[in-house]
Amino acid sequence: MKLVVAIVRPEKLSEVLQALYRAEVRGLTISRVQGHGGETEQVETYRGTTVKMELSDKVRVEIGVSDHFVAPTVDAILAAARTGEVGDGKVFVLPVEKVYRIRTGEEDQAAVTPVEEVVAH
Amino acid sequence: MSAPDTAWMLVATALVLLMTPALGFFYGGLVRSKNSLNTLMMSVAALGFVGVSWAVLGYSLAFTAGNPWVGDFSRAALRGVGLEAQGTIPHLLFMAYQGTFAIITAALISGAIIERMRFGPYLAFITLWGLFVYAPVAHWVWGGGWLAKLGALDFAGGTVVHINAGAAALVAALVLGPRRDFARQAFLPHNVPFTVLGAGLLWFGWFGFNAGSALAASPSASLAFVNTMLAPAATLVVWTLLDLRRSGKATAVGAATGIVVGLVAVTPAAGFIGPMAAVVLGAVAAFPSYYALLWRARTRLDDSLDVVAAHGVGGTVGALLTGVLASKAWNGATDGLLYGNPRQLGVQALASLAAIVYSAAATFALLKLIGAVTALRVGSRDEGLGLDLSQHGEEAYTRGEGAILVLPHEIAPVAATSAVSLPIAEGGAA
Repeated sequence: MKLVVAIVRPEKLSEVLQALYRAEVRGLTISRVQGHGGETEQVETYRGTTVKMELSDKVRVEIGVSDHFVAPTVDAILAAARTGEVGDGKVFVLPVEKVYRIRTGEEDQAAVTPVEEVVAH
Repeated sequence: MSAPDTAWMLVATALVLLMTPALGFFYGGLVRSKNSLNTLMMSVAALGFVGVSWAVLGYSLAFTAGNPWVGDFSRAALRGVGLEAQGTIPHLLFMAYQGTFAIITAALISGAIIERMRFGPYLAFITLWGLFVYAPVAHWVWGGGWLAKLGALDFAGGTVVHINAGAAALVAALVLGPRRDFARQAFLPHNVPFTVLGAGLLWFGWFGFNAGSALAASPSASLAFVNTMLAPAATLVVWTLLDLRRSGKATAVGAATGIVVGLVAVTPAAGFIGPMAAVVLGAVAAFPSYYALLWRARTRLDDSLDVVAAHGVGGTVGALLTGVLASKAWNGATDGLLYGNPRQLGVQALASLAAIVYSAAATFALLKLIGAVTALRVGSRDEGLGLDLSQHGEEAYTRGEGAILVLPHEIAPVAATSAVSLPIAEGGAA
């Protein structure tokens, strides 16, 4: 099992989610974060005050996947989140020691494998 | 010259002027947060750019004798527009009151092109539109032009303001093309309370718009005032019931939209129909706009904030119903179809059609002209980033984290386009 952590541009989030959906990656968590990856700072002016925004808004996507899903997950994110300019973000793949599914108590591989009968909304 | 009339028109002018920032909030709440300032600014900018061009030239083109199609240059730069009487109020006040109409009409169009148009070309567009589209159409109906001679009824601007803006909006949305993510992503309103606030302030200002169009503190103004209260109330009721029937839920965005549609529809009729006729007009007007909205959402037409459905369709329905419901018993001059004067409905239809055709054609020409000089749309990177940052260098909801003060001597010369960038400081990336 691996934990895939991706930091992407907020405006690319929808495309990333779509790509993950097409790659049949289900189950993820996102959070709004701020960070700096060497991109050009935005300059904003409010009345006479000019500021350089050192931190840009980013979205952090976390996905727990079984090993054979790592490559499709990473490929989907790389393809969907890329604009080619500095500030596109990073993808980290981390080893995971243990996973539990809270509802059933299932562990590891079983815990990150989606259940079949997904209730559609 | 009448002091009471002057007092009322001073207030009415301020009321109508308030409608433009109110429209900014109505529209601003409906867009994504990264474009909210840009959307507000499209209305606010009209206060300046159309306001000045109105004084310099627009008023003269609209309200001088000229020919049946357009006025002349005799009142350019307000020459001869002073404190003498125009009707029962000072000429200067009449000019200012009419100017507030030109401003909001141009601002209305912005709803069709938000989240993608560059701000500079937008400023050029509304300035030229106020002169070459609004002023002639106002001349046709109110400045003694050919529709006035034909007897078209337009109390406060159903044709001049709403049909005119609606047709321009349709063309502008088509010329600009849809937003990059249109029909691929859901665009959710970022602040529905703003939209409801905007609708409330629009209603408030609309009392100046409609009742002020009597140009006097008169019984006719009272009739228009009461109709401006009753018609949107009826539209709101019907809109809510339609919402409930369709989804089982009465929506706030729907309520705000219903109010505006009712106001639009009663605008041409305000001083010409009785109060219960206004209730009927408001109720009937809900249906075409409601279904036009639902239909539009299924098409490729990115009239982003439904200016066509609310103002084009609502304005046309109002103009036609004016020809049906007008009553000599209330307005002392003209009956409509219902009171035995079918010709009036034909005149109303012709006036609406003429405004649609001219506005659409002239808007197309103006946008193509500006588009030949400079790009109308922002690049796709700026569209993704949002127009607040790329066009204005500001954010609506900034947290201020990571903001570093730039001292005056560090400010680089400002590039004309898009987001300004400073040289990146040396140092390691994350």
